[in-house]
Amino acid sequence: MQRLRVRYAKRGRLRFTSHRDISRAVERAVRRAGIPVAYSAGFSPHPKISYAGAAPTGVASEAEYLEIGLSRPCDPRRVRDDLDASLPPGLDVLDVVEARDGNLADRLEGSMWELRLPGADPGEAERAVKEFLAADRVEVERLTKKGMRRFDAREAVRSLAVVEGPGITAGQETVQPCVILRMVVRHETPAVRPDDVLMGLRLVAGFAPQSPPAVTRLAQGPLDAMTGEPADPFAFDRAGGDR
Amino acid sequence: MPVESLFPRLEPLLPKVQKPIQYVGGELNSIVKDWDEATVRWALMYPDAYEVGLPNQGVQILYEILNELPETLAERTYAVWPDLEALMRSEGVPQFTVDGHRPVRAFDILGVSFATELGYTNLLTALDLAGIPLEAVDRTDEDPIVLAGGHAAFNPEPIADFLDAAVLGDGEQIVIAITEVVREWKAEGSPGGRDELLMRLASSGGVYVPKFYDVEYHPDGRIKRVVPNRDGVPTRVFKHTVMDLDEWPYPKKPLVPLAETVHERFSVEIFRGCTRGCRFCQAGMITRPVRERSITTIGDMVETGIKESGFSEVGLLSLSSADHSEIADITKGLADRYEGSQIGLSLPSTRVDAFNIDLANELSRNGRRSGLTFAPEGGSERMRKVINKMVTEEDLIRTVTTAYSNGWRQVKLYFMCGLPTEEDEDVLGIADLAKKVIKAGREATGSRDIRCTVSIGGFVPKPHTPFQWAAQCDHETVDRRLRALRDALRSDKEYGKAIGYRYHDGKPSIVEGLLSRGDRRVGKVIRAVWEDGGRFDGWSEHFSFERWMAAAERALADEPVDVDWYTTRERDEHEVLPWDHLDAGLDREWLWQDWQDALNTVEVEDCRWSPCYDCGVCPTMGTEIQIGPTGRKLLPLTVI
Repeated sequence: MQRLRVRYAKRGRLRFTSHRDISRAVERAVRRAGIPVAYSAGFSPHPKISYAGAAPTGVASEAEYLEIGLSRPCDPRRVRDDLDASLPPGLDVLDVVEARDGNLADRLEGSMWELRLPGADPGEAERAVKEFLAADRVEVERLTKKGMRRFDAREAVRSLAVVEGPGITAGQETVQPCVILRMVVRHETPAVRPDDVLMGLRLVAGFAPQSPPAVTRLAQGPLDAMTGEPADPFAFDRAGGDR
Repeated sequence: MPVESLFPRLEPLLPKVQKPIQYVGGELNSIVKDWDEATVRWALMYPDAYEVGLPNQGVQILYEILNELPETLAERTYAVWPDLEALMRSEGVPQFTVDGHRPVRAFDILGVSFATELGYTNLLTALDLAGIPLEAVDRTDEDPIVLAGGHAAFNPEPIADFLDAAVLGDGEQIVIAITEVVREWKAEGSPGGRDELLMRLASSGGVYVPKFYDVEYHPDGRIKRVVPNRDGVPTRVFKHTVMDLDEWPYPKKPLVPLAETVHERFSVEIFRGCTRGCRFCQAGMITRPVRERSITTIGDMVETGIKESGFSEVGLLSLSSADHSEIADITKGLADRYEGSQIGLSLPSTRVDAFNIDLANELSRNGRRSGLTFAPEGGSERMRKVINKMVTEEDLIRTVTTAYSNGWRQVKLYFMCGLPTEEDEDVLGIADLAKKVIKAGREATGSRDIRCTVSIGGFVPKPHTPFQWAAQCDHETVDRRLRALRDALRSDKEYGKAIGYRYHDGKPSIVEGLLSRGDRRVGKVIRAVWEDGGRFDGWSEHFSFERWMAAAERALADEPVDVDWYTTRERDEHEVLPWDHLDAGLDREWLWQDWQDALNTVEVEDCRWSPCYDCGVCPTMGTEIQIGPTGRKLLPLTVI
């Protein structure tokens, strides 16, 4: 069975889709586009589409990943065009490769996030970032399905900085003066999410912007030992299997 | 004048609410037209949450038809949940459409589709959020015409104060006619303001404008008469009937939401109307006569619908789908076409007979055979005669046994409680029936792995049915019978675990009854409930019986009537009913005779295969039954 790996973006208004919304939209788009998706056997067959590390509802992303199993081989470029045309604008297919060995989810070691904080004070942001990075541990709390959980938000953060000037424009449609934070966070259990880091900034330095942040995932992939940033998770597939 | 999108103001609120995607729009096949290029602009509302409203066929059909018209634009709006309502109030964001996020008040017409009366409080929320005065008399030329449609609009009197107009029946053609009246009036420079526009609509005879009619009452509270209060307004307003469904093959391009909704499928209406004559069924009475869509149009619609939507399930809708004259060819043809694909076919609203099982078997050819639903509605033979549900116990047992033998594991039986003349034993009869069903199923299959679920709801007498004169059963009696039935179902260990039981308590039915058969005085109750925070009355977690009763007591304090008067009181033959001036084509004398027949347990055959029984619809409306067979077949699709 041919497996295709897909990188797609969740942009603009469509950042309000939940993971379940996206999986329904993808299944329907696959059917409309006539892509020969394979189905599982058994009592209630379902299409072989799997998702890796979906961004939370309300968070935009330039780097979401899924894998489709096909019942007959297809040209990845054609699948990219057909699937993109069939998905609603805002769910945009960016890249499709044929899968080689290995598990895609395992390669997604970390994410680069951008947070836009409308109306926040740049000086306060700088100070809070400095204090956060200086700390060994920053305990935060979040309501999970298992109830209120307390965990460290510091260790997973590989880098965190206030960005100068306008960043990438994905995210909110309304442009206001804002502070832009950029961070690389390692995927761990429990997952440390951008809003956990934001809560950490509040706890260590009282940094509390009034409006909710517009969050975008910029990249996801294996964390490069040199730069500390996520590299292309498809590099291995593209290289034809030899590392 | 350009109308700006409200989205930039809405967007910052969305991260703070549940399921924000429902407010974003952008569904596949949705349309945002240029505001300034349209001369007539409709906002279409389904007054419930997006997840319920989006799949609604009526709204989708009208949305598509209106947007196909030149210089006409239609957008959709739904009830917002209380979390967003609170934020919209604090931030001053008005009710918006999900297509262009335009303010509802900027449209020419706000068309609201009422499938049920429980959406009335949501109408008030939407009007209030939109900045449209709640009462029609307070509106100005800056406000849209608020127009109701849908089944509940066959008695719009409880919301008459909040409506400018209502239309009865099929919407396809009347929305086009209304659009033309509005277009002409605007082209002339809107002479005479909204009053003249309403007058033009009313004088056509196809649109009901409540404020052009006065209601006079007897001292005891009964209605004396309802009369037009100005010249040129017809004394009766008639329903609309589309006579050739093949000419109206909508929806062609079904809306496909990103958010999860209650029906995740593409639905094709295979016929409209029903003449089975079930006496409790308002839909069957007000949608006559039966008009079938031809097998070939159905096949084309299914094919385009799947292609346009990507849905994997297709529902063949109607009030009694197995009654289509070519249903066997339709199901076989579709099952053949989609064999081996992942397309599932379903046939809701089926009747109790073995033919049905053949159809269900055909549709589930490659899928699983999990559950089938039948609706005997009444628990005893006598009860089923009263309601004219012509099913014998023998029919039911035979049908269900066939289902189990064909591999169906679960059968759901639907009943009503609180039907006219009902006694405790009629409801307890359901327990005996369910046990016989399980016993016969076990004998037929030799297996104990079969189940039967009894689902039962409270009966509400509806306008334009033979039961419009009936006393509604009080909720204490309904609840007592439902508990007794539960105990009877659980009493026998041999069957207890094989029989499931689902019921709704009787209180919501009383409120539904008040709203169904209410008159204009009930408007004060609706407003009082809404002011007291009443929202989403169709949702048990939001509905409050106590709030409705307290509001009714306050609002009706100066009137000689109360909730009991509207609900549990039997009417006599000559009492003027609030909807008597609204004509569904049904002959009032026939309805009364059918009510008498009900009390005498006299059954009436379906007029499709027995002589006309003079319900009055066809001669009054100038319509006739339109059924096949056409003799045509569905050909296999060419694979390209």
